[in-house]
This record gives sequence, structure tokens and C-alpha cells, in this order.
Amino acid sequence: MALAAASDHIAQVQAGAERRFLLTRQLLSGPAMIVVGVFGVLPLTIMLIYSFLVPATYGGVEWEFTFENYIGFLFQRDIFDDTLHFVPDYLQIYFRTFLLAAFTTVASLIIGFPTAYFMATRPPRQRNFWVFLITLPFWTNLLIRTYAIQLIIRDEGLVNDVLRWLGAIDQPLHILYTNFAIMLGLLYSFLPFMVLPLYTSLEKLDFRLVEAGFDLYATRGKVLRRIVIPLAKPGIIAGCILVFIPALGAYVTPLILGGGKQHMIGSLIAVQFGTSRNWPFGCALAFILMAVVLLALLVYVRSTTGKSKVVHG
Amino acid sequence: MAEQALSASPAADRASRRPGRRFDLKRQPGFGAVAVTCIAVLYAPILIVVGFAFNESRSVTRWSSFSLEWFEKVLANDDIHNAAKNTLLIASCATIIATIIATAAALATTRSRAWRGQTTVYTLINLPLVVPEIVTAVATASFFGLLAVLAGISLGIGNLILTHSVFCIPFAYLPIRARLEDMDLTLEQAAADLYATPWQAFRRVTLPLLTPGISSGAALAFIISFDDFTITQLVAGAGQTTLPLYIWGQLHKVGVTPEVNAISAILLVISILFVTLSFLVGRRR
Amino acid sequence: MKLRVFGAAVVALSLAGGAARADGELHIFNWGDYTNPKLIEKFQKQYNVKVTLDDYDSNETMLAKVRAGGTGYDVVVPSDYTVKIMVEEDMLAKTEPDQMSNFKNIDPKFVDVYWDKGRHYSVPWQWGTTSFVVDTAKYKGDINTLALMFAPPPELQGRINVLDDMNSLFNAGLRYLNLPRCNGNPEDLKKLYDLLMSAKAQWRTFDYDTIGKMTSGDVDLSQTWNGAARRIRLQRPTVAYSFPKEGIEGWADNVAVLKDAKNMENAKLWQNFLMDPENAALISDFAKYQNAILGSDKFSNQLDPGFTDSPEFKVPAGLEPEFVPPCSKEVTDKYNKIWTALKK
Repeated sequence: MALAAASDHIAQVQAGAERRFLLTRQLLSGPAMIVVGVFGVLPLTIMLIYSFLVPATYGGVEWEFTFENYIGFLFQRDIFDDTLHFVPDYLQIYFRTFLLAAFTTVASLIIGFPTAYFMATRPPRQRNFWVFLITLPFWTNLLIRTYAIQLIIRDEGLVNDVLRWLGAIDQPLHILYTNFAIMLGLLYSFLPFMVLPLYTSLEKLDFRLVEAGFDLYATRGKVLRRIVIPLAKPGIIAGCILVFIPALGAYVTPLILGGGKQHMIGSLIAVQFGTSRNWPFGCALAFILMAVVLLALLVYVRSTTGKSKVVHG
Repeated sequence: MAEQALSASPAADRASRRPGRRFDLKRQPGFGAVAVTCIAVLYAPILIVVGFAFNESRSVTRWSSFSLEWFEKVLANDDIHNAAKNTLLIASCATIIATIIATAAALATTRSRAWRGQTTVYTLINLPLVVPEIVTAVATASFFGLLAVLAGISLGIGNLILTHSVFCIPFAYLPIRARLEDMDLTLEQAAADLYATPWQAFRRVTLPLLTPGISSGAALAFIISFDDFTITQLVAGAGQTTLPLYIWGQLHKVGVTPEVNAISAILLVISILFVTLSFLVGRRR
Repeated sequence: MKLRVFGAAVVALSLAGGAARADGELHIFNWGDYTNPKLIEKFQKQYNVKVTLDDYDSNETMLAKVRAGGTGYDVVVPSDYTVKIMVEEDMLAKTEPDQMSNFKNIDPKFVDVYWDKGRHYSVPWQWGTTSFVVDTAKYKGDINTLALMFAPPPELQGRINVLDDMNSLFNAGLRYLNLPRCNGNPEDLKKLYDLLMSAKAQWRTFDYDTIGKMTSGDVDLSQTWNGAARRIRLQRPTVAYSFPKEGIEGWADNVAVLKDAKNMENAKLWQNFLMDPENAALISDFAKYQNAILGSDKFSNQLDPGFTDSPEFKVPAGLEPEFVPPCSKEVTDKYNKIWTALKK
């Protein structure tokens, strides 16, 4: 009898602990839910609704339901003979933007990883200084910095001047107003978003593991590949997310450095709210983009939470 | 083997300085070069901008002579003062709000078994990242507009602060989460073993260890808010012009002007002072 | 003793009341870098009104914000077609400038305009033309034809900037092809599409920053507005503004009051204030475009000698600037498709 009472009591305590656990977690995430819910999700819901409406003559919406905006992403009534057919224009723009963002992410990883590693392996007292050094340029306004890049890479800018002075080239390199210029600009804007998460991850790296690798006669490259990089994975993923997604939706940098000859997703959407006066279509375009990215993110989340991760000790 | 104590980095530091080691196990060839080049390239445009702020002529490509004229003009300009004030106010408030929320959320969503609703929280937090800025801009502007027109509620500059907080949260969250995931649970368990309450354990053990992550997150959040243009452009109301909006207005019509360069130079100096200060304060502790 | 305290209180209150009793505020929303600070100062002093100024970079940005509502602005400065849109969507207050004391100063050409016949909503701010500039040192032929933009000679190929503005570009193209504007005819549109696609290969950039592009030497020909052209010429003297024989576009910015303006009276005072010749001259002196107020020329030339004689402002006889109304939804949709195809 005492045993039954005791096990009841234990069950109760466990249930209580369970509830407390859940409550704590829920309370802690409460503020985030509220703030993002009200000021992030609610406006987006409005936009989602808009994407199913008909555009009004001069911008804004008419309260009439339609699927036209989503259909219009892939199919169009030909302007010259009015038949419905597949139009790859928008897909092309999306694909090109994805490629550019991907290249930017990879480039920022290639440059950012050594930089973050270098920073994380400085003596502890120096590290804050390096973080400071990396962050400082980003206290200058991005617009100005992008214009400064323009000054440097234009036909009569610094890079071409130096190359010509060195005799390496005769005619100026047309760097500005190309996709490469856009990538440079994006890289420049988003580098700290790769370096800082990487640095936080690498800084906590247990170098005993590295030492163990060397003790087992691994080469530097192997140690890097098999030990450091896998352990830095959370930082790498965080960095990639923080670079890839904003690069996808970038608007200002391609505008200033790209020359405006080709649309990226950002400018395509922006123009729907501008001269094209087609808000619903702009919303639809945005949601299509978001859907793809959200899907990828969800897959990532499902695969990392709930599983037991490497727990030290 | 006996020399290897249970602590983490200090052992590694000792290891690399141990006599008899053929090489520094932390050094990777070429990494230092990449890092230094990276930083040099990062600073090149800044130096140009700052340099030409001292240029006497209006040109931003040809140097003529040294002059402080543009700084005088900028410092006397009320519009710039106003814009700077707004920008700093918004960025500071948004950073504080976002970092606190992000830290709480990170604590809630990491280092535990899955709990009901966790995926939702994670998705919600990172949602602002996924949305193109222009859409957030129009959505938020419409939302606040509706609020003002239908319910008469207007939070003034609070509108901007809350909007900024929302998209700053994921930027603060990710570094904190990355840091949290790498943290050693044993330390907190040890604290519990020593009869610390959860709150004490948090305050004395978790929080200090988390500080680099929080600083990283806060720094990112601040920069994001400080620099934001597209969203601010559509959400800002009367008298709420921020520096990026002001600069865009100048750049768009007239191109790069020395005044704009001067503003950047001043901002840079202020931020150097600010960060140096926090650096010194951090060292003392 | 009590009387003295009472007296002091009365004095204090009236002083405080006096200081607080500024005659209200005015919140202006205008294009960036478009408002003369001296103008605002003058208004503030004359009427004891506190003025705030914020800016936008395009009509559409302003429209999007105003449409969202609750902005707190009293006065906006829409271009011609935008005024028409805003009137039709009931966004503007009918302030009746035609009944204000300075109304007589408006140039008659700008009174019965398509976007505000008889001026019941808006007063003129500045106006200008849109065409292009070309460096006569790089091209020696006749510059007064749109062929330079759409079928450029070899020395200009790859050195051209056009405005990133669907309407300005398409209108220019339609003029070159001698086809009507706001055109929904499929055959005409096909011709336009083919023209644009073939010309695009010769264009370097699509950008509003025409001054920067021309003065930095990135391009030798740029579609632009006359005031910007004048500024470019002052920095690059060999540049000249073209008055194409195929036709030239006109635009006019106007000052209008929002329907939900909180400071209606001050907004009306501002509108009247702007129709005064001396103030109009101040407007022009800042952004260097023409205004539509009679009698302001002599003041303009006092502020900037020779301003009104600039070649960019002298439209040749027989060539009338064309002010194009906003196109219908069907036409805009078709234009959008061509624009996307152009930029994909």
C-alpha cells in the first residue's frame, strides 16, 4: 500500500515536472510568438489574402477572388493572339536569382570560414578585437558602401586604374553592371552574417579533439575536413541561411550594381507595387518564393530537432 | 595524459605552447592570409568614402585638396541630426527587444527533446528571414495603416521599432542558438549538483557562457536595423526619416556627394568610440 | 501677497500659452532633394508654422504609403498622372486653389490640365521635359532624333543609359515608331516589343541616376529630364539636350493636400504661398527646373543669372511637350508583360 502511494506520488511529481518543463519552454518562447505573430504574421496574412484578389486599376486591390495571379506565374494569355501558354519568363528570373544567391553563399563560405577560424584561434584576449574589426565596416551605411564599390569597379575606377598602371590590361574591364558585380556587392553586404555565426561556433570548438586528430597522424586537411568542419556545422548552417535568403530577396544592391538590365526577384516584386500597379501579383510572387524557402527550412528543422544531438559529458 | 585537465580551451592553449610541439595545431596555412585580405578588402570602400569626405572639391573621383567644409555642413544640418537621432533610437530599442526575445526563444528551443509546438516557434522566429523585404514593407505599412484608419491606434515611432524588432529577431536568434548548441551541459549540471536554483544556474553559468553568442546576435541585430532601407521607407511616418532614407534621397537625385561621405565618416568615428568603449569595459570585468 | 502670486501666475500662464501657441504644424512629403530649405524657412516665419519634410523617390512609393493610410502627412507632391489617379481614388482634398488669392499668377497653359482641370486640387510645383542628353564630342551628327536611342550609331552602342521607367521608355519608343501612346493594339505592341529588344542590346544600363552615369563617364548618352541635363552639362560641357523631332515628353509635379490631412488650413496656406512669383523662383532655384508661375523669371535670374536662358528650357517652336495620362488597366497589363520580357 505504501508502495502504491509512493509510486503515485512519484508519478505526480513527474507529471508536475513535465508540466513545468512545458510551461517554461512555452513562457520563454511567448514573447517571440507574440511579437512576431502580431507584427510579422498578421501583416503577411493580409498579403496572402491580397494575392488571391484582383488588382485595382491604379494599384491596391479589388475584393474579388481569383487564382489568376498564381496561374499567371507559369501561364499567360499571349498578348498578340490571346491564347494561354506556358511562359518561362518568371521561372527564368527566379532561377537566375537562385543561382546568384547560391554562388554568393558558397563564396562567402569559402572566404568566411578561414576568416572565422583565424579569428577563433587568436588568443582569447585578442578575439574581441577581431570581431570588432570585422563588424566595424558594417556601421557605415550599406548604400554608401555599395556606391563606393561602384566607384572602385567602374570603368574608370580604382581597380581598372591600377590594372592599367601595372600594364596588365589595355582596355578597362567591364566589371560594373554585370552579374559578377552584383555578386561582389552581395558578398560584401553579407559577409559578417557568415563570419559571425561561424566564429561563435568555432570559438567553442574543443581543440582537444583536433589535437587527438593530429595525434592519430591525420594531416591538416583531414583534421579540417573530418573534425573541425563537422563540429562547426551549426555555425555553417546558420551562416548559409543568413546569407542565402537575404541574397535571394535583395533589392538595393542589384539595383545599384547591376545596371537594371535584368530583373532579380527583388526588383520584379518591387515593380509590381510600383509602375506595374499589380499588388496581388507581387504578393503571389512573394509567396511562391517564400513557400520554396520555407519548405527547405522546415525539412532542416525536422531533421535536427527531436534527435539527440552530440551531448558532451 | 596527466597534463590534460578536464577544462576545454585552456588545455588546448597550453597544448599549443607546450615545448616539443612541432607546430601550432591551431594554425592552418593560408587562413591567416585569407582573413587579412578579407578585412583589407572590406575596408577599402570605407577608406575611400572617408578619404573623399575630406576632399575639397565636389568630385568623388579626383582628389583636389584637404578640407573640413563638408563636415561643417553636415554638422550644421538639422535634417541629418534628426535622421541620425531617429536611426539610433530605433536601432537601439529594436536591438534590445530583439536580443531579449531571441535569447529567451533560443533557450526554449534548443538542447532539449522536442516539445509540442517547438517547430511552430522555430518557424515563426525565422519567418521574417524568409520574406522578401519589399513584401514585409508593404504588408507592414498596410497593417499599420489599417490600424490607424480603423482603430485610430498609432504608436508613432513605435511602429518602426516594432517592425525592426521583428526582422532583427532571427538575426539575433541564430548565433545565440549556434552557441547554445555547442555549450557544455555538464557545467550547468554541475551547478545544479551544487544546489544552485535554475535561475542562479542560469545567471551565473549559462548567461556568461552565452555572452559571445548574445553579443554576436546583438551586433548583427543592430547592424540590420541601422542599415534597413526598404522596409523603413514604406513604414516610416511623418518626421521619422532615418539616415538610410535620408542618404538614399541624396544619392538618388544627386549621386554620391561629399556630404554623404562626411556623414559616413562621422558615423564611423562614433561607432569606433562606442565599440572601443564596450571592448574596454568588457576587458576590465 | 495673494494678488501678487495670482498676477505672477497669470503672466506665467500667458507667456507659456503664447510660446505654445505656434500656428500649428505642416507635414510635407516631397521628392528627395526637391525642396528649397529657404522656402520652408520663409513659410515658417511668415505664418508661424512648424514644418517637417520627409521624402520619397518615386510616385509609386508615395502612392503605396498614402494608400496604406495613417501616414500623418498633409501635403504630397505627385506628378501629373499620379494626381489624376489620386483624384479618381478620392485621396485628395478639394482645396480649390482656383479660389486662392495667388491663383492669378499661374501660367494659363497650366490651369486647364488633364489631371486637374481648373485647378481644384493641386497647384504647380515644377515642370519639365524628358528626352535625352548626348556627348557631342563623341557623336557629331544631328542629335534631335530618337533614333540615337533606338538605333544608335556604332560610336554610341553600349554607351547608353535609359530611365528605368516603363512609361517613359515605352512612350519614347512609341513616339519613335509614330504610334499612339497608351496603346493596346497587339500589332503596335509587337512592333514596340521588337524595337525594344533590338535596342536593348545597345543599352548599357537602366537607371534613374542619369547625372551620375553621365558625369562619371559610364555612358555617353542618357535618357533624362531637362533640369538634370542642365546639371550634367555644367559638369560635362560637351553634352547637349536633345529635342527630338518625333516628339518630347512633358511632366509636371504638383502640390496636393491629402484628404485625411490634420493641418488642412496650413496646407492651404502652403498651396497659396507657392503660387507667389518670388516663392516659385525659390522652388526653381533649388532643383533647377522651371515653374509654372508668371512673373517668377526675373526673380529666378536674380538668384541665378542666366537660369531661364538655359537651352534645356527652350523647347523649339512647333514641338509641344506631351503630357501623357495614365493608361487603362488592360494596357498597363500588356505593358507589364513586355517590361518583364524585356528584363528577364
